[in-house]
Amino acid sequence: MTIWNHYYLPSTLDEAIELLNQTPGSARVIAGGTDLLLDLQQGRHAPVDTLVDVNQVREMLVLEMRGTHLFIGASVPLNQITTSELVLEHAQALSEASGLIGGPQVRNTGTLGGNVAHALPAADGTISIMALNAEVEIASAQGLRRQALNTLFLGPGKSALDPHGEIISGFYLPVRKANQASGFSRIMRPQGVALPVINMAAWLERDGDRIQDIRIAVGPSGPIPQRITAAEDALRGRPYNEESLSDGLKAMLNSVKFRTSPQRATAEYRQKLAGVLLREVIQKVWQRAGGPVSHVV
Amino acid sequence: MKPIEITLTVNETTHTLITLPNRTLLDILREDLGLTGAKNGCESGECGACTVLMNGAAVNACLVLAGQADGCTVETIEGLSKSGQLHPIQQAFVDAGAVQCGFCIPGMVMASKALLDHNPQPQEEDIRQALAGNICRCTGYTKIIQAVQMAAEELRHD
Repeated sequence: MTIWNHYYLPSTLDEAIELLNQTPGSARVIAGGTDLLLDLQQGRHAPVDTLVDVNQVREMLVLEMRGTHLFIGASVPLNQITTSELVLEHAQALSEASGLIGGPQVRNTGTLGGNVAHALPAADGTISIMALNAEVEIASAQGLRRQALNTLFLGPGKSALDPHGEIISGFYLPVRKANQASGFSRIMRPQGVALPVINMAAWLERDGDRIQDIRIAVGPSGPIPQRITAAEDALRGRPYNEESLSDGLKAMLNSVKFRTSPQRATAEYRQKLAGVLLREVIQKVWQRAGGPVSHVV
Repeated sequence: MKPIEITLTVNETTHTLITLPNRTLLDILREDLGLTGAKNGCESGECGACTVLMNGAAVNACLVLAGQADGCTVETIEGLSKSGQLHPIQQAFVDAGAVQCGFCIPGMVMASKALLDHNPQPQEEDIRQALAGNICRCTGYTKIIQAVQMAAEELRHD
């Protein structure tokens, strides 16, 4: 097994940041470990000198309403997100996505913070909260700051975080208002615990039979997780019907260069599935957006 | 590498151990405590053969670092049978003929226990979901699912 020399299990953010700052060698934050541990053990990740385990960092285990946003601590296990009434009420796309990551054992330890920090272009959790317009909270010696989720990614597996001083501490998701809804679907090979062939999340606001506003994220659609704004623009303000959907799909296929992954799918297959998923997800979200908003606090 | 001290309760017995931080809960169970029921299968969190309950939740022991188990309560397959009597889930696996080579079974049984502890009346879909992280390569899943249904029935009548 790969060796790391030091392992720490801090219980506050201050302690965790201090440990990261002080370590002389390479350092890495570890949460559920269901990705990072394997990458270290199997040599896909350069050896690290110090692991700072954030599973017990108090501030990162909180899931609660904070004013106009739902806050989800980065160390909250995925299973807790999947079963949370608050998440189901305000962030249906995340509720669905987190319930599809790994198997039950992985969801009991894996975290949303880890899913996002790994910076994979098709991570189910990341794609779902991208459509939800999530902000990420980052802790450093300078304190806490909030920034748009899409500013976090540099390339496949590369986040913009400074491994020696920054930790994703949580996520802020805007509360759901009347006539708004979100959803997530994915297509994958039958073996349950792998990256999806393609996934898609959408959020929309409905005004009668019109799509008032919409956000769509698709993975993998490029080197980093991203929204497909061309498709959003083609659908915004349009009635919900076949012609609009078909224009949305055309815009998506024009703007996204789907690629072939050796183990998972060809680019052509992904293009076909993008059309299937777009219809499935938007129909689902459209129907949800017509329903009532209950008040779970 | 700097050793760490951890204290964990396994099958109602508390152990304090000095160990290296790059070891996993599975290493500790199998090599230090002699509990070889949890199997080392894929060592990558895919097969579920190492499933144990940590604070009541099913986890892959191969992906839990020793330090993460500090202060936790762990239940393994060895903790299920009491005074020589098989646990109803174990008995149901035998009665249903759900066991062939047996390698996946400790993990299957523990994942089933995690389900039935929280949901005593699972639908077939609930059982399939709960066992989605456990792979069997010989018996097939039909009899395993039957076994969990039989165990649920038995536990409700207990």
